[in-house]
Amino acid sequence: MELLTLEFMQRALLAALLTGLAAPAVGTYLVQRRLALMGDGIGHVAVTGVALGLLTGTSPLWAAVVVSVLGAVLIEVIRERGHTNGDVALALLFYGGLAGGVFVTGLAGQNAAVLQSYLFGSITTLSTGDVWVTLVLAAVVVLVCVGLSPQLFAVAQDQEFAKVAGLNVRVYNVLVAVLAAVSVTVAMRTVGLLLVSALMVVPVATAQQLTRSFRTTLLAAMAAGTLASVGGLVIAAFASFRVPVAPGPTIVLLALVGFAVTWPLGIVIRSRRRLRTPFPELEPDRHEVTDEHPHVHGPACGHVAVRHGDHVDYVHDGHRHAAHGKHYDEH
Amino acid sequence: MVTPESVVELRGGSVAIAGRPVVRGVDLEVGSGEFLALMGANGSGKSTLVRGLTGLRPLATGRLRLFGSPFEDFHDWHRVGFVPQRTGASSGVPSSVWEVVASGRLTRRRLLRPLSRADRAAIDEAISVVGLSAEARQGVSQLSGGQQQRVLIARALAAQPDLFFLDEPTAGVDLPNQEALAQALATLKHRGSTIVLVAHELGVLAPLVDRAVVMRDGRIAYDGEPLADHEVHHPDFGEAHSHHHAEPGGRDHSPHVGSPLDRR
Repeated sequence: MELLTLEFMQRALLAALLTGLAAPAVGTYLVQRRLALMGDGIGHVAVTGVALGLLTGTSPLWAAVVVSVLGAVLIEVIRERGHTNGDVALALLFYGGLAGGVFVTGLAGQNAAVLQSYLFGSITTLSTGDVWVTLVLAAVVVLVCVGLSPQLFAVAQDQEFAKVAGLNVRVYNVLVAVLAAVSVTVAMRTVGLLLVSALMVVPVATAQQLTRSFRTTLLAAMAAGTLASVGGLVIAAFASFRVPVAPGPTIVLLALVGFAVTWPLGIVIRSRRRLRTPFPELEPDRHEVTDEHPHVHGPACGHVAVRHGDHVDYVHDGHRHAAHGKHYDEH
Repeated sequence: MVTPESVVELRGGSVAIAGRPVVRGVDLEVGSGEFLALMGANGSGKSTLVRGLTGLRPLATGRLRLFGSPFEDFHDWHRVGFVPQRTGASSGVPSSVWEVVASGRLTRRRLLRPLSRADRAAIDEAISVVGLSAEARQGVSQLSGGQQQRVLIARALAAQPDLFFLDEPTAGVDLPNQEALAQALATLKHRGSTIVLVAHELGVLAPLVDRAVVMRDGRIAYDGEPLADHEVHHPDFGEAHSHHHAEPGGRDHSPHVGSPLDRR
């Protein structure tokens, strides 16, 4: 237990908590626009930023923030200007960013091991200053994502409608891109640039197995993200007494375990919901009585009860039985 | 010169897609409270014209006035309700019917303010006009295509606009849902809303229409009394009646382009 009282561990826990909150908040809007891989694209671009920071001897974190914001805006511009080729634009940036990063790191006279701590995270080596930067950036991301959620929701849901409704769609699109870039750099030290997108997307995928509304999806995704990042860090920390376990991959794997658990649950819930959707309120065109019926339908009879106008139909062997006096009608 | 009753006034309007003029030289005036059906074959430019009228595409030439003000000075977007051509109302994340409709109320809301009681009442009312009150808390993706179309209409209704643009709301919608839709539009018409409806075929909406405008190859070919569906497909108005399947992406006006930075 004294592990948790160590200062570096407390810093790491705080960073994990904030990353877990912020990344899924932006991720929800990315998934809503079906741009789940955008975080990955920005993450790759940020590699070049880190390398430029190393080359110029400035802070790799701030260089990554600047370069990934530029990259995110570029992705947004390409998406807006071109029509069906958003994925191609993303691919171009993926490869350009990663290749550029490794190339520039070489120029900076650094070997791949330095880059590795950014690619896969090194949460236990955070300084107090790093934690403060993470704290401020994550707070901004969470506040904007929750505070402007009506606007961001409307724009992500239907751009054309939002535009005719008088919203400045371009500003909100760029805002989401910038928020995504900021949360990528926030998560950079926690899970690493190559796994960043997992924290943005997997908690959202987990949440939407169980939710029906956007609001609950957003909040549940943030909860799932926090649980995964803090839980993953703690597991990795305790496991590392016996085997070398990296926190970044542990966090991502824990998030995936969360998805693996909720997925079958979601399938069951959705299929139950589908079975119980009310039948259209059309009266049958003729009165048809079922054959001799062996038992009385009721709440506990095991047959699915579905609302049909002002009464309930019981689904029985592909038939719909509705009580009518002493017998059942075929509906 | 502009009568105060004129809600939409377009003079010499042209709309270009990727530099190719699609809609040319259109004069169109829609009076307050009018129910106008904008008809024509696939690719005749009716959707493009509506996109020009709502500002989704800039006019290549021409002058547009909405509610009497020149388009550049028009900021009362809460007075305009738009129902875009969509195959559904769902997106990548689950959202409830109520949430989607509430997003239509944004134009009436101030930044960072919670929904007021009036907002909530307007949203509930919009949902009830399209007859989906019982489904309000359900996820939109669980609804049928026709019900989702009604959600989109409710979303436009939530801001309580005076002018509606509806782009093919009946495309691919079954008859019971078309009737529910017609009922909602009848309510709007009764309240004095101005409605511009883009449609291939009017079907059950026909009795509501006051005036028909038929587009042919980007120009107005007919403007007057409502027409029966088969008359719209008269050879004089362009291609003879053919079966209408949804045009993929609706962008058949210009050759497909393949690089990320091409104009669209």
